[in-house]
Amino acid sequence: MDDPPIQADGLEAFPPGYGDLPPGLTPDLPPGLTPDLPPGIGPYKLAWRRLRRNHVSLAFGGLFLLIVILCLLAPVYAADIAHTGPNDENLAGTVALGGKQVYIVSLIGIPIGPTWHSQYFLGADELGRDVAVRLLYGGRTSLFIGAVATLITMLLATILGTIAGYMRGILDGFLSRFFELLWAYPPLLLGIALGVSLQVGGLDLGLFTIQGSSLLVPAMIIGVVYIPYVAKPIRAQVLTLREREFIDAARQQGLGPVRIMAGEILPNLASTIIVFVPLILANAILLEAGLSYLGAGVQPPNPSWGTMISEGITLIPAAIHLTLIPGLMLVLCVLGINVFGDGVRDALDPRGQVKVGR
Amino acid sequence: MARFAVRRLFSCIALLFAISILTFLIFEAIPNGNPALRLAGRTATQAQIDAIERTWGFNKPIYVQYYRTMEKIFSGTVISYTQQLNVENQIVQDLPPTLSLAIGAGIIWFFFGVVFGVLAAVRAGRWLDRVLTVLSLIGVSTPVFFLGAILSFYLGYKAGIFPNGDYVNITTNPIQWAYHMILPWCALSAVFVGVYSRVLRSTILDMNNDDFVRTARAKGLSERQVMVRHVLRNSLIPIVSLWGLDFASVIGGGAILTESVFNLQGVGQYAAQSVERLDVPPVLVITMFGAFFVVLLGAIVDIVHAWIDPRVRLSA
Repeated sequence: MDDPPIQADGLEAFPPGYGDLPPGLTPDLPPGLTPDLPPGIGPYKLAWRRLRRNHVSLAFGGLFLLIVILCLLAPVYAADIAHTGPNDENLAGTVALGGKQVYIVSLIGIPIGPTWHSQYFLGADELGRDVAVRLLYGGRTSLFIGAVATLITMLLATILGTIAGYMRGILDGFLSRFFELLWAYPPLLLGIALGVSLQVGGLDLGLFTIQGSSLLVPAMIIGVVYIPYVAKPIRAQVLTLREREFIDAARQQGLGPVRIMAGEILPNLASTIIVFVPLILANAILLEAGLSYLGAGVQPPNPSWGTMISEGITLIPAAIHLTLIPGLMLVLCVLGINVFGDGVRDALDPRGQVKVGR
Repeated sequence: MARFAVRRLFSCIALLFAISILTFLIFEAIPNGNPALRLAGRTATQAQIDAIERTWGFNKPIYVQYYRTMEKIFSGTVISYTQQLNVENQIVQDLPPTLSLAIGAGIIWFFFGVVFGVLAAVRAGRWLDRVLTVLSLIGVSTPVFFLGAILSFYLGYKAGIFPNGDYVNITTNPIQWAYHMILPWCALSAVFVGVYSRVLRSTILDMNNDDFVRTARAKGLSERQVMVRHVLRNSLIPIVSLWGLDFASVIGGGAILTESVFNLQGVGQYAAQSVERLDVPPVLVITMFGAFFVVLLGAIVDIVHAWIDPRVRLSA
């Protein structure tokens, strides 16, 4: 070992050899590791170990994954099991139940409930469409919008939050006011305002035009609405990060602001970003359902869980299954994301963990 | 203190101005194409389109249009497209159900949020904490219109315990009013109870390790006294500010879904009906006033917060 380094307060560090194992007690280590350094475990490996022990969280994460896989398999289910499409109406048809032919939609307009058979497994809606098929296709829509919205939010919020926090000055003032401004609107109100406005006229982004009925419209609306909820905490974290020594070191080496933000600050934001993803995904799916329920989100006849609940509520005393089935699916999906997200947060940010025994 | 209040109010006025511009832009500038073409319908002649452009002022520069819109909104002369009714009169008329819903639900969610949060924190890691955590996660994951529909079907229609939606004026019959509001209050509160109990639980657990709590224990106070006098008092500060903001957003249109599923003719229901008809003026006015209300109440909450807790006004 070299000479003992002098610490900042002028005191000598521990003398060489201090803390070493007594001679003859060398631990058995695999080749390649020096005995004076313990084998290192990265923060993400530690987080993964903590998450792996959290069985409840993993189970709910699995539930969410199962729902995603089922929804992705919707065309297979529609073609090979139910033999009908998500928008195929069947008002006059019958289905064999217990040896009898039963009308899918009764003469007074009440659709059949769950048959628990391959056809109309979860019943039919008022136009004789298969609820199970629509449920899976609706899940694709809801999950697609949720995923695109989350992507938009995280991308824009990370970029804008990092720029605001690192650049400070006028740019920060401008961006922070912008976050304040979006934050002032209740999310649902901003969502319906943008939804109504875009339905009226579609969107012209210069390079490409998006029709008012496109699924990208609700996805973009929801993505924009949640920006401040992520950008504000990221900006606050960047504000403290930029004062740290390693950023100073990078600046002394002559790195430009873009290199520092992308190469030095962004990796340190990773755990915050990971924690926010499930939170925003859950809220985006809920907001999509709310907007579609009000008619400012996904436009019929496209199924989404929100539009299905909205159509079901109008038939409520007669056919509760039309509300109950998509609603329960939505709750299970969001619950899965939330519980799994909680586990991820506890694993990445252990200070928030339950302090048992207090 | 006065300086803090004045500065906070000034930034609040600037924000209100920005909100009015953004709301205007959302409705006037984002939609593609000429608004006169849409208003005139499919079979309009060029002369008709020109006439509409002149009467609505679409041919004027955008700042003139902004000024005219604001002039209309603040003089209370906005007319809806489809019903041709005065929007602001309609909003004032629809306020009582919205206020009833927000005030009742606000009290319920604050009370239960605090009770559940304290119970979960005191029993952290034990079964009661787990049960409450699961319940609050379910509350956070359930959309209010689904919960409302299920509650009013099973408890209202099937069991007949509660009335099925509708609003009774508090001045005509206060008991019927409360009876009709119980289900909407519960449905709206569920999400907030979930959020508040989780926030409070983690605040209390963080505070348990603070020096002043250790001192309180060391001088021999009972656990109960430590919790009520020291921990809870300090943990409630963020909850109260959160409550102010959420309460404002519920009054300012956040209760749209609850009102529409329980058929309460409030401001939110009015907004929902206007969305269905793609009627822009009521949505514009409600959005703007909703955001105004959130900003104003947020400023008041901040000032009260600074008054209670001097650290806030010194750091800001």
